[in-house]
Amino acid sequence: MQIDTPQVLFKNRHLGRPATFDEYRAGGGYEALMASVGKRAPDALLQIVLASDLRGRGGAGFPAGRKWQGIPAGYAGPRYVVVNTDEMEPGTFKDRVLVNADPHLVIEGIILCAYAVSATEGICFIRPSYESDAVLLEREAQVARDHGLLGKNILGTDFSFDLHVHRSAGRYICGEATAQIRAISGVRPNPRKGGPRTSVKGLWDCPTIVNNLETLANLPGIIQNGPDWFKSLARSATGAGTKLYSVSGRVARPGCFELPIGATLREIIFEHAGGMQPGRTFKAVLPGGASTAYLPQSLLDLEMDFDPMRKAGQRLGTASLMVFDQDTCLVGATLSLIEFFARESCGWCTPCREGIPYVRELLRRIEGGQGTEDDLAMLRDMIPVLQRAYCAFAPGAAEPVIGLLTHFEDEVRRHIAERRCPFGNPPPAMRGKACGTRPIRFGPTPCPEDQCPI
Amino acid sequence: MSLPPELVQELRRLTAVAHPREAAVDVMYALQRHYGYLCDEAVHYAAGALGMTPLELESLATFYDYIYRRPVGRYVIHVCDSVVCWMFHQDSIFDHLCRTLGVPPGGTTDDGLFTVLPAACIGNCHNAPTMLINGRFYDRLTPGRIEAILAELREGAEEPARCK
Repeated sequence: MQIDTPQVLFKNRHLGRPATFDEYRAGGGYEALMASVGKRAPDALLQIVLASDLRGRGGAGFPAGRKWQGIPAGYAGPRYVVVNTDEMEPGTFKDRVLVNADPHLVIEGIILCAYAVSATEGICFIRPSYESDAVLLEREAQVARDHGLLGKNILGTDFSFDLHVHRSAGRYICGEATAQIRAISGVRPNPRKGGPRTSVKGLWDCPTIVNNLETLANLPGIIQNGPDWFKSLARSATGAGTKLYSVSGRVARPGCFELPIGATLREIIFEHAGGMQPGRTFKAVLPGGASTAYLPQSLLDLEMDFDPMRKAGQRLGTASLMVFDQDTCLVGATLSLIEFFARESCGWCTPCREGIPYVRELLRRIEGGQGTEDDLAMLRDMIPVLQRAYCAFAPGAAEPVIGLLTHFEDEVRRHIAERRCPFGNPPPAMRGKACGTRPIRFGPTPCPEDQCPI
Repeated sequence: MSLPPELVQELRRLTAVAHPREAAVDVMYALQRHYGYLCDEAVHYAAGALGMTPLELESLATFYDYIYRRPVGRYVIHVCDSVVCWMFHQDSIFDHLCRTLGVPPGGTTDDGLFTVLPAACIGNCHNAPTMLINGRFYDRLTPGRIEAILAELREGAEEPARCK
């Protein structure tokens, strides 16, 4: 593991296990909390966070301080903090690594956020495959409670705040802020279209701040060392802080790396992740999860930060790099992504519920060697349809298709011209992924309709 | 069939909060652990405990992919088929499991031990290809490793987690 750049969020990762309360305290942990609660006004914290330019790490990059400012001034009644640990974006595993490295850093960040917005209750929303994180956070929150840092009258002041874990039962859409709030409310989690922001009317109709777990974990450092220190951590001109980059795919050393925000794709892939696996050549990378576009070799010098990526017409997303090599069919990969989106769509609005399966059908035709020029044109026409959905789900699904058509149109055309997948993939099965598995190496699987629970 | 008193007590504890509906998923998990899956009886019981209509609860139960509305095996194998894992196996691990166990996707083996289901990215991409059984990740799968895992689970007497 390379450590020549400042490790702020991962400072205790070298332990190879979750840092204990005492270890976190020994490294200056909870100092920011003790210097804030009862000693500084909540608004002073908000001003520090605003000045630090901390932006949401969950994908959208909305400034955290501005989100908090959305709570109506003088609102009397409960306010909530929801910590988004759903992390269902394919390719993303940073929050899991972070919680398992330093749970108290996360807890301190949550309490600081709660103090800044005067919240009384925090809910940590955790997906089912992260059950060990849920157990860990519950255990360590109890340790914090025993030390008087959570619960009633924190540090002897009149600030009371408690944190509990909400276990989810799956589904990608639960990562969307309004859907997540509905999930916690015990309602079918469709995203909400329009209406007031969650900071005005969220959980149980009260002001609710929904922030990604990594965003909140930045707070102790910002409060302790100030906004200028935080901005100085970044490498890009407009960025602030460090970022956790998850790297997976055909690289030699896949993993999660904490680097200054604004590190280039080339640096992340070829220095920190050890370059490509032996015998593999780079072809494309999805820079920020499934909802971003493929980037070819020529764009590897892009800085991985919100503004530089946006200027280049790309999205930082969750900064999860998925690296594809020359032997992987990108039409097949896009089909796999679209299968994911089609299955995970909540079905609430038409462009998403109907549009994504249609895109899937077009990609299946092309991948199966049945595609025509018309299918390619139709694929292009479907992009604006997907972009008209209620939430960011379907527009996200359009991104890899846009990337495919922008940078790898030749590959799509080869499928059409050769009437087969040039990488030798067999035609996709036509009955939906769960029921129609592909006869690659082991032969097809029978699926009587009446036994299929999907 | 009446529920064991400990479970009734746990359900009471889960729903004795300011907003009982928040406990909907926890209640479904608790009943799922007891029955092995969320049967119709469990849906009605959960709806009553949460002050919801059975239809409202059904709309949740059928939405989530870790709530099983049909009988499943003792171990539910969630095979990740999202793009990073796909890159490594192109769905052949899923086929391989179904063939090895002799079940269709979603079906349960005759001995009632295993059910195979596809899963959206489970957040373990640096160890691709990967699957989730009984709340535990299994990394860097190969046909040989899958054999070993299945053999180990057949031998083991571990209580199934039923996704907590």
